[in-house]
Amino acid sequence: MGIFDKFQKLAETRKALEKNSSEFFNVVIEKVVSPTDVIINGRSVLLAGGNNYLGLTFNPECIRAASEAIRIAGTGTTGSRVANGTYSGHVALEQELSEFFGRRHTIIFSTGYIACMAMVATLAGRGDVILLDADCHASIYDGCRMGEADVIRFRHNDVQDLEKRLHRLEKRQTNVLIVVEGIYSMMGDRAPLADIAALKRRYGAYLLIDEAHSLGVLGNTGRGLAEEAGVDDSVDFIVGTFSKSLGSTGGFCTSNHPEFDLVRYASRAYIFTASSSPSIIASTRMALKILRSQPELKHRLWNHANLLYQRLKDLGLSLGPTPSPIIAICCKDPWKTAEIWKGLLDLGIYVNMVLPPATPDGRALLRCSLSASHTREQVEKIGDAFASLKAKHPNDW
Amino acid sequence: MTEGQGEPMLSDRELFEQIVDILGPLANVGSKITADTDLVADLSLDSLKIMEFLLEIEDRFDISVPINVLSDIRTVRDVIFQLQRLLAEAD
Repeated sequence: MGIFDKFQKLAETRKALEKNSSEFFNVVIEKVVSPTDVIINGRSVLLAGGNNYLGLTFNPECIRAASEAIRIAGTGTTGSRVANGTYSGHVALEQELSEFFGRRHTIIFSTGYIACMAMVATLAGRGDVILLDADCHASIYDGCRMGEADVIRFRHNDVQDLEKRLHRLEKRQTNVLIVVEGIYSMMGDRAPLADIAALKRRYGAYLLIDEAHSLGVLGNTGRGLAEEAGVDDSVDFIVGTFSKSLGSTGGFCTSNHPEFDLVRYASRAYIFTASSSPSIIASTRMALKILRSQPELKHRLWNHANLLYQRLKDLGLSLGPTPSPIIAICCKDPWKTAEIWKGLLDLGIYVNMVLPPATPDGRALLRCSLSASHTREQVEKIGDAFASLKAKHPNDW
Repeated sequence: MTEGQGEPMLSDRELFEQIVDILGPLANVGSKITADTDLVADLSLDSLKIMEFLLEIEDRFDISVPINVLSDIRTVRDVIFQLQRLLAEAD
């Protein structure tokens, strides 16, 4: 038996999908024209699946800051944060995030994936319990696998289900870390955080929220769901990413716990990774300033989200439960989904196609995400493309 | 049947029947389930369905079942073994 034999089922699925939509495995962006426009296979394509919520990837101030940082500090740090990889920019960004979130401590990581994985794997140790929402991101599941804690799931966004499990754990008298997300990346729905925070307080648990998709999107000042739900004080750990609203790469965790800084010396994913390059740190710091000073970006994003959600709803498509900058369109089967995805690309619209088992409940999804950089006309164009595909595939949604 | 301090422990047969009852709607197969039935190879349960299976077991037996046990579970017999262990711990 060869080392790749275990991937045979993947190979078969890929082959079958290639029949309906060979482009799916060959999407190469040849040129980036703007935060929302790219060239793929020589054709102009509108991005409707980019996670670039505030559209800051081409912001002139962010580009200027990144360019200046490269000139002054070079292209990379070539070292871990605990060795030669802590520059003044890393420390400044941590301080600025702490100030933004009103918390004492922040640790930044080289990617959002690492931030989630590292925090979950490090915080909960042997004998502790992680109680995670069933629809949590793969980085959280992977953190669970790396750590030594017992891992128990509760049904997605089901507060009663969570309480039942907290109640069962009461007699173990151990540390319980509840893990949820601000906006769930596939369906675009948000956690019932006020109720979850109340349970956390009642049962003396800890609460970690991943605000990857809600930073810059929810809350009066853009801090995320904890701010919107008014439960900042009940959330022990806020994790987030720089690769969505902040337009770069990297991640962070912020907390008020006085011992939080010890994670730096306990997390292998922090210790054994090269730190983010100076240009990434510089553009992220500028993007955070813009996020704070330009709330109109968030308002513009939400106008687009509400418009597209309503248009797709009017078409009779099966959508995620609430309007959000992530709009999930449920389809009946993976093969037809691939055909529709290809049809959208032929009309010049790129959306994400997500297939089981990466989707909740084993559904096939087309996933749109909007940007403040979209124009209203572009949002209408996305809606028009779905209308056209709905007419062509009336029974496949 | 083993007697615990609270409720009497369920026998292997009773556990087996309850597990088959939970597996029925998830597996959606006509074939007979035995103790040696492999959850993935014989019942084609994907990772999501196996997770759902654990949630159902937790609620049916009112116990906590960490997903960590999955590395030790391949067949229905493995499920019974792990369940007995967890029920004993919870007793």
